[in-house]
Amino acid sequence: MTTDLATSDPATATHAAPPPLAEPSGWHEIRLTVNGAPVTAQVESRLLLSDFLRDRLRLTGTHVGCEHGVCGACTVLVDGEPARSCLTLAVQCAGAELRTVEGLAPGDAPLTPVQRAFHECHGMQCGFCTPGFVMTATALTEQPQRPDAADVADALSGHLCRCTGYRNIRRAVCQALDERFADGPAGRGE
Amino acid sequence: MRRPERPGGSRLKPTPFDYSAPGSVGEVLALLADEEREAKVLAGGQSLIPMLSMRLARPGLLVDITRVPGLDRLYADASGALHIGAAVRQSRAADDPVVRDGWPLLAAAIRRIGHPQIRHRGTVCGSLAHHDPAAELPAAALALDARFVIAGPGGTRTVGAADFFVATFQTAVAPDELLTEVVLPPRAGDGWAFEELARRHGDFATVGVAVTLRRAPDRRTVAAARAVFCGAGPVPVRLPAVEEALTGTDAGAAALDAAASAALAGLMPADDVHATAAYRREAAAHLLVRACTLAWERCS
Repeated sequence: MTTDLATSDPATATHAAPPPLAEPSGWHEIRLTVNGAPVTAQVESRLLLSDFLRDRLRLTGTHVGCEHGVCGACTVLVDGEPARSCLTLAVQCAGAELRTVEGLAPGDAPLTPVQRAFHECHGMQCGFCTPGFVMTATALTEQPQRPDAADVADALSGHLCRCTGYRNIRRAVCQALDERFADGPAGRGE
Repeated sequence: MRRPERPGGSRLKPTPFDYSAPGSVGEVLALLADEEREAKVLAGGQSLIPMLSMRLARPGLLVDITRVPGLDRLYADASGALHIGAAVRQSRAADDPVVRDGWPLLAAAIRRIGHPQIRHRGTVCGSLAHHDPAAELPAAALALDARFVIAGPGGTRTVGAADFFVATFQTAVAPDELLTEVVLPPRAGDGWAFEELARRHGDFATVGVAVTLRRAPDRRTVAAARAVFCGAGPVPVRLPAVEEALTGTDAGAAALDAAASAALAGLMPADDVHATAAYRREAAAHLLVRACTLAWERCS
């Protein structure tokens, strides 16, 4: 981990959104939350979020494919919504809550229903595109109401998989949605 | 096109720039007024950031407007007009019940933009100010008689949709100005449809059309028609001959044929790598018929 990256101590573990970064500069200090942990970092204005996650935070689960917003491999959740991290500047995420594939089942935690479904349905071949698909699918399962088939297709269309025919990926997402919404819209009682 | 520079061999990276996220429109304008910096407005960045990464754009300063209080407002005013602030994300607008009920054409056009992952970041006003001629929102804005509120050094002015789109990637917004909101007048009861031909789901339209139709009090004839094409020229194309061919008719087969003929005669799209002009024209005429049929069924 780079020396200018400091994870906050407990005293600052909950921080308010920083004020506007009004002063024009090629570098900014940003504070944000990544997978639940507060992070403070000095970033160059031009640093893409994908590179910030991979090169600075060493969260290399987020994969970088096309680097111009076409393939969806680098999709992460920004304030709960899937977004291309290669089409986002790190500095734009000051104050944001980010989630990456590493945050789904950290350490020895059991796989999430989405991860388990991708495993059980074999929703992958080489796995390069999988972290992006999993993050988009995770957001689908967190919606208040079950997304319909068209919503699922629309969401998955934001990702390219060059190995599979997408069938197992769609099966995996449907399985995860079945599990999540088994008891109706408030299935997990959340 | 020149092959983009790729420093480090294989990776796409923007050239260095300064970034600022000011807290007021006044501060935004002050930064945009600094000619030496070559400032550019950043909202969602879904068009701008790839251009930065490919080094097709090399601004000296990005002014992020998403932290300006008030620019994220989305509301219907007392007159029933819809106001969409410059920082309102596309997915939020498309999902808003006020938009879905009152301006379903806008919601439908937004849902044809890219993918949810793009629409969560991209803004309505950003797409309008960027003005890709194949984009959906400029055509929808012209079909819906949008007004554009532009703040600049001399104060605030309002521009109608007919004057807003100037040329490919060019609008009435000057480099030292900011599009602060788009205003859509109420269109309750109009039938609507947005139809497009795209090579893949989520791609820009090869060609597309936004249609609105209003029924006359007798409920049998078309009182007003609007048809605006995207991907058919450097700006959204509105053809009076198409609208005249529909107005006063029963929107039946003969009227739709006449409208399609008017589109074939009036559209002058360009050839490009995706489609020939002749193919675009033919496809546009078919899409027009489909859109008019849908719009007529949706009239209340």
